[in-house]
Amino acid sequence: MMADAWTATAGGSLLAAIVLLPFVGMLFGLLLGGRWLYRVALGTMPMGLFLTFAIADRWADAKAPLAYVLGNWVPPLGIALRADGAAVAMLVMVAGVVCAIGLFARADFAPKPEASETRSTFTYWLLLLAIWGALNLVFVSGDLFTLYVALELLTFAGVPLVCLAGTAETLRAALRYMLFALFGSVLYLLGAVLLYGGYGTLDIPLLASTVRPDSIARIALALMTAGLLAKTALFPLHVWLPPAHGGAPAAASAVLSALVIKGSWFLVLRLWFDAMPAVVTLPAAQLLAGLGASAIVVGSIVALRQERLKLLVAYSTMAQIGYLFLMFPLAFEGGQLVQGPATHAGVLQAISHATAKAGMFMAAGLVYAGMGHDRIADLAGAARALPITMLAFAVSGLALMGVIPSGAYLSKKILLDAAEHSGQWWWTAVLQGGAVFTAGYLVLVLGSALRRPATPLSGVKPVSKLSQWMALALSVSSLLIAFAAIGMGNAELIKNPIEPDELATTLAVLLGGAVLAMGLARFPLPPGPTESPLRRLAMAPGVVLERLDNWVRRWTSATLLLILLAAVFVGLTRLGPAA
Amino acid sequence: MTIDNLFALAACALIGIGIYGLIAQPHPLRKLIAFNIMGSGVFVLFGALAKRGASAGLAADPVPQALLITAIVVAFAATAVTVALMLRLIEVSDSASLSESAPSPDRRDR
Repeated sequence: MMADAWTATAGGSLLAAIVLLPFVGMLFGLLLGGRWLYRVALGTMPMGLFLTFAIADRWADAKAPLAYVLGNWVPPLGIALRADGAAVAMLVMVAGVVCAIGLFARADFAPKPEASETRSTFTYWLLLLAIWGALNLVFVSGDLFTLYVALELLTFAGVPLVCLAGTAETLRAALRYMLFALFGSVLYLLGAVLLYGGYGTLDIPLLASTVRPDSIARIALALMTAGLLAKTALFPLHVWLPPAHGGAPAAASAVLSALVIKGSWFLVLRLWFDAMPAVVTLPAAQLLAGLGASAIVVGSIVALRQERLKLLVAYSTMAQIGYLFLMFPLAFEGGQLVQGPATHAGVLQAISHATAKAGMFMAAGLVYAGMGHDRIADLAGAARALPITMLAFAVSGLALMGVIPSGAYLSKKILLDAAEHSGQWWWTAVLQGGAVFTAGYLVLVLGSALRRPATPLSGVKPVSKLSQWMALALSVSSLLIAFAAIGMGNAELIKNPIEPDELATTLAVLLGGAVLAMGLARFPLPPGPTESPLRRLAMAPGVVLERLDNWVRRWTSATLLLILLAAVFVGLTRLGPAA
Repeated sequence: MTIDNLFALAACALIGIGIYGLIAQPHPLRKLIAFNIMGSGVFVLFGALAKRGASAGLAADPVPQALLITAIVVAFAATAVTVALMLRLIEVSDSASLSESAPSPDRRDR
């Protein structure tokens, strides 16, 4: 078994190729410059997509992880690249989303023949390729140090995307993101160094076979997890996320929100499931999912209180990050963390969130470009002016809510199943309740956009057709992901969406969402008299949570919470079954 | 006190100073320096571990040194990117302070 992990498999060299391709494209683009960069970038994307299909094909043939040993130097001295099922799925998803975002960004960032080259048209394509390459490296890396380097590459490429506009506000958001991410990464590195000191290797399979639940491993796991959570922006460590994702141009926000945070999330997955399953304990996993549940509640309610569409979508990302962590306690079987249905559900959730959220940010950006603003209260008439865009927004919202046959639906079903099996009923409540919050902001935005404007809209700028279709394509693909998963043997979980049971659930969720939207939104919905005692009462929880969010997003609180979280993780990993 | 303990204590002190600076110093440049101090602590620790983990007949385990030099390059790149961001921010707004954006950025009007 161990020896197998160190020998290259057929098709292993494809893994090196998929990591190199975006970087090669980037270097060629840099060399040729100007208008060529954009063409090179767009040319690289279908090649990458094709490569990931080839990898998926080889993986399906072999029915085993692919591996490649760089320069035939066997670990622990050398470095191996590996791709298991989760990595292959993420590779394909990222390639697909990058292609769609590239086509979407054409309208904004393709160099115009009449205008001279600008900094943002130049850097955008370089950064997009760099993010793609770094993510591919995150998915296929086989050792914790290469993962560290990949994660840093991802951050260095992500931060400048935040401040493409170059205003003081976005620069401040980028600087905050950078400094907080650096704090996270140095904690991760400290953990990796301690592990090397204790076990003499950072190769994941080798580490998994030797690691014991001693204090070195516990402290290393806690430091690395806390550092990664800071980079993933899991509540309460989301200090940098709303301004960064809300302030960047739409084509950049889509990359940051859909893809970049998935990199560090995937690393938590690798760390917990592949590298140190012997060290993690159920209480620690419960804390992780508990933070996820708080992220869903706080993020969704604060999202409902936003006045601007892009910030609403940014806070919804914060809530959706919470979902990604719900599967950790549900993956325990007999006190041991095992890869099974719950991990499939987690990866499925990540994929469906990435596609839906990219579509949603694109739609929000198109609304801003078309209407000239993105104040939710003033969106009346947007649905008539920008029908495809608003349809994309609605479809991506439905996909995030988990309507059949979206990926989120299938993932929710699998997790509900796991929660029932393991008797953890409280996660059932979170899984079911989360959809109501998502429905809330969907109803809020659509309720506003579908209204008839008081005066006929004038001055709606035409937006690129291609961009609108790309937003719709991503949203629809998220809604249809469950079909792709039928091959995984979960076909019996997909029900007919208009079956009375399912229809009733969907309607109940939408109705609950409407109530939430009416109660919590800052502006009255439907428009009417604002001040009533009932309304003030309904607003109270929103106001409280918004204050909490503001406090948590202060630098001092966020950094102290980061350290505190690391300490709590050390404590919780002691509570597990004795080794 | 053995030389190992001396290195370990030095690393602890550097990491502690770095964490304090990252939390408590308001200016971004000071935060960046604190990050570098904390990073140096990690590097000292890694170097000391390399010496301790050497197998018989070798002066030091070579792997940590290879990793260490990579980590130093990464930290250097991070510092360069952050300083560039800071310079740009000062150019645009005449101050490098982060605090203006701290209270409720959703209130800002576009």
